[in-house]
Amino acid sequence: MHSVLASNVPPGRLEEKWDNYKSRVKLVNPANKRNHTVLIVGTGLAGASAAATLAELGYQVKSFCIQDSPRRAHSIAAQGGINAAKNYPNDGDTIWRLFYDTIKGGDYRSREANVYRLAQVSNEIIDQCVAQGVPFAREYGGLLDNRSFGGAQVSRTFYARGQTGQQLLLGAYQAMSRQAAAGNVKMFSRREMLDLVLVDGHARGIVTRNLVTGEIERYSGDAVLLCTGGYGNVYYLSTNAKNSNVTAAWRCHRRGAYFANPCFTQIHPTCIPVSGDYQSKLTLMSESLRNDGRVWVPKNPGDERAPNQIPEHDRDYFLERRYPAFGNLVPRDVASRNAKYACDEGRGVGDTHLAVYLDFQNSIERLGRQRIEERYGNLFEMYERITGEDPYQVPMRIYPAVHYTMGGLWVDYELMTTIPGLFVLGEANFSDHGANRLGASALMQGLADGYFIIPYTLGNYLAGSKMAGVDPSGDAFSEAETESRSRIDRLLSVQGNKTVTEYHRELGSIMWDDVGMSRNEDGLKSAMGRIASLREEYWQNVLVPGDATYHNKYLEFAGRVADFLELAELMARDGLHRTESCGGHFREEYQTPDGEAVRNDDLMAYVAAWEFSQEEHGPRMHAEYLEFENVRLTTRSYK
Amino acid sequence: MSDRMTIHLSVWRQAGPESSGAFENYTVNDVNEHMSFLEVLDVLNETLIRKGELPVEFDHDCREGICGACGVVINGVAHGPQKRTASCQLHMRQFKDGDTIVVEPWRADAFPIIRDLVVDRSAFDRIIEAGGYVSVSTGNAPDANAVLVPKDDVDRAFDYASCIGCGACVAACPNASASLFTASKIGHLALLPQGDPERSHRVVAMVDQMQKEGFGDCSNHAECEAVCPKGISISSIALMRREYMKSLVSSGG
Repeated sequence: MHSVLASNVPPGRLEEKWDNYKSRVKLVNPANKRNHTVLIVGTGLAGASAAATLAELGYQVKSFCIQDSPRRAHSIAAQGGINAAKNYPNDGDTIWRLFYDTIKGGDYRSREANVYRLAQVSNEIIDQCVAQGVPFAREYGGLLDNRSFGGAQVSRTFYARGQTGQQLLLGAYQAMSRQAAAGNVKMFSRREMLDLVLVDGHARGIVTRNLVTGEIERYSGDAVLLCTGGYGNVYYLSTNAKNSNVTAAWRCHRRGAYFANPCFTQIHPTCIPVSGDYQSKLTLMSESLRNDGRVWVPKNPGDERAPNQIPEHDRDYFLERRYPAFGNLVPRDVASRNAKYACDEGRGVGDTHLAVYLDFQNSIERLGRQRIEERYGNLFEMYERITGEDPYQVPMRIYPAVHYTMGGLWVDYELMTTIPGLFVLGEANFSDHGANRLGASALMQGLADGYFIIPYTLGNYLAGSKMAGVDPSGDAFSEAETESRSRIDRLLSVQGNKTVTEYHRELGSIMWDDVGMSRNEDGLKSAMGRIASLREEYWQNVLVPGDATYHNKYLEFAGRVADFLELAELMARDGLHRTESCGGHFREEYQTPDGEAVRNDDLMAYVAAWEFSQEEHGPRMHAEYLEFENVRLTTRSYK
Repeated sequence: MSDRMTIHLSVWRQAGPESSGAFENYTVNDVNEHMSFLEVLDVLNETLIRKGELPVEFDHDCREGICGACGVVINGVAHGPQKRTASCQLHMRQFKDGDTIVVEPWRADAFPIIRDLVVDRSAFDRIIEAGGYVSVSTGNAPDANAVLVPKDDVDRAFDYASCIGCGACVAACPNASASLFTASKIGHLALLPQGDPERSHRVVAMVDQMQKEGFGDCSNHAECEAVCPKGISISSIALMRREYMKSLVSSGG
């Protein structure tokens, strides 16, 4: 049995909900704003945009990041672009269409009202970024250029070469820097959040570790905003940055914030394959490559000929064959799964046989090398730098890699968790992408949350709560600090035989094999058992070097891997309980005879939000039933 | 599969900002050409940890050459021998079996060493805070297409805006100048109409802050351009100087 969660979506027609909400929301008196301190953890698109905007409004903001500068948060690495319903190309785009595509792309596992609001504010994001000096691509007439992305039927993606995330993040970072200069934002770099502090059931502070000196620090405030990104590094190898982690979110989960849909992870089809066991991370190649590249493997298993030696009739362009309507442009989950199948059949290519070809030969012949160079020059260069092969001469080898996590801490319409005063923005929350995220939507959501949504919802919370001051020397802070210290001491005192990296790799391989691109009951059950044993072993046999009094990277990693070992089990549990295939979650038991996903809208059209528990019965599931009043649930078909 | 290489490393080890440092020599076997340079350090660190020694501390994050976190001097060159390549994107096919590679942190007074290869680059954040932004609060923006920007201008602005803030320019400069970093932001914003109203104030504030942080001046060695992983041109520095002069003239200074 499970309880039912309320999303607090305002009443009214879908199109009017956000405007109604804004009109009725409680406001904080301008003179009072400076009396409120807001703690913001993370400085990616969500965190930096929230910090800048709240400081502009007059709040006192304290901003924390684990990197040496807020500008390095992993949003920086996003390549492709950002969606908005501007309809500048006059090709029929509307807010409704962007909303609809996002809901459908998410395989009907997201909340209508949130997604509609996202589409509504998308246009303002572009205006704001341009005003900040973000150098979006333009046409010769001086107007902004748009492109179609990820198979969308309209051109609604704004982009800045292959570095859109970088330029948007620098815009937000600069806006935050302006507020730092004005004294409204205080930046704390090289800090890691280790715990959340609750006072009278409300989020009122955080405990952090100074990564340079090792000191444990306490900060109090009137609200905490978690903008700490996704948990893809639970797989060890992913396209996430090496420091991306779940610790801040997991600590909040342990303090009472529910974790929603943790099994919804996105595996991106076009990454550079693994080359050896020393591999430390995977590199994404923009999805735009599939616009002109053709995906294929040899028809016959064991065909070891070089790609250029394999004649047309011995090649299988499996996406074009299976999905004649969309071909190479099928959504990410479909493309990834089919690449896996080809490799499972023994038709993978390259030394490891865990890769498929992405071939530009036809496009080069049709369009000329120069056109291809204009479109993808920087990507081809990056590929050659990493692999030593020239993709103008031989096809690229690509393989899927973990890229984004749609699951995250559960939030209501106001982006507030089940802990009052704890808000979660960007990839760290679960809210807008359902079971699968569309290309160019992550940047949109991060900035929507930070620039345009939290300023209203946070104000409503602060204006409606009586905020007595809290003393960081109080009991709740001391208890959280003591717990954080003792975890660190325990990690350092084990002095076992296996390094943190070895454990992380082992966890990653369990996750990739059994909680990865396709899952089944036996695999998920077995994964849960193996994760639990690995976690137990970790605390008895991990080897962490040095001590806690200086910059010690492997001690940081040790704490993060400990939390991944807990999250991983919840992901498997969530995947086991979700008896359907939807979006990034493909359960082998639920498929059509020709291998397509089968959703179960009668039983599973809900968000699974897990409550942490150390009791025998394990985590408790709470359901938020998704009500679709405006869209009709259909089966995604790309045939 | 590629041949295995043996690589000798001479790595700068330093316990803290006040400690004296020294080179330590290590050998890593089983290196192959597909490994990145940072992966060789990873492998070395695993060995050190297992032996009960302290691993080499170095900054790194995205490992895709875009976050700017990593950066070490490799055989005397910031980010190593390959042009337009950050340390994390440098792969071992650039080296050969038996090579000795000397690895040092960025060296500049304005970048104090934290530990081993990790330096404090917060001076860069303070230069941006001095004026590296457009003063537009959220909600104030006109429609994105209300102001036309010629494509050539935005393309040039982008070239400057692609700076990743890694600090290689400072490490390579004989004067430890941050001119390329500072000029790239000034150039980015000066070339766009959105940055125009504040251009005069911005250039003075940022250049003054750069000097306050203890970075040296530019004397046209162009070493910065040679090592910049994004290939940012020193034409930005010329632009910064013109902007600075114009600003002094217009303010009567």
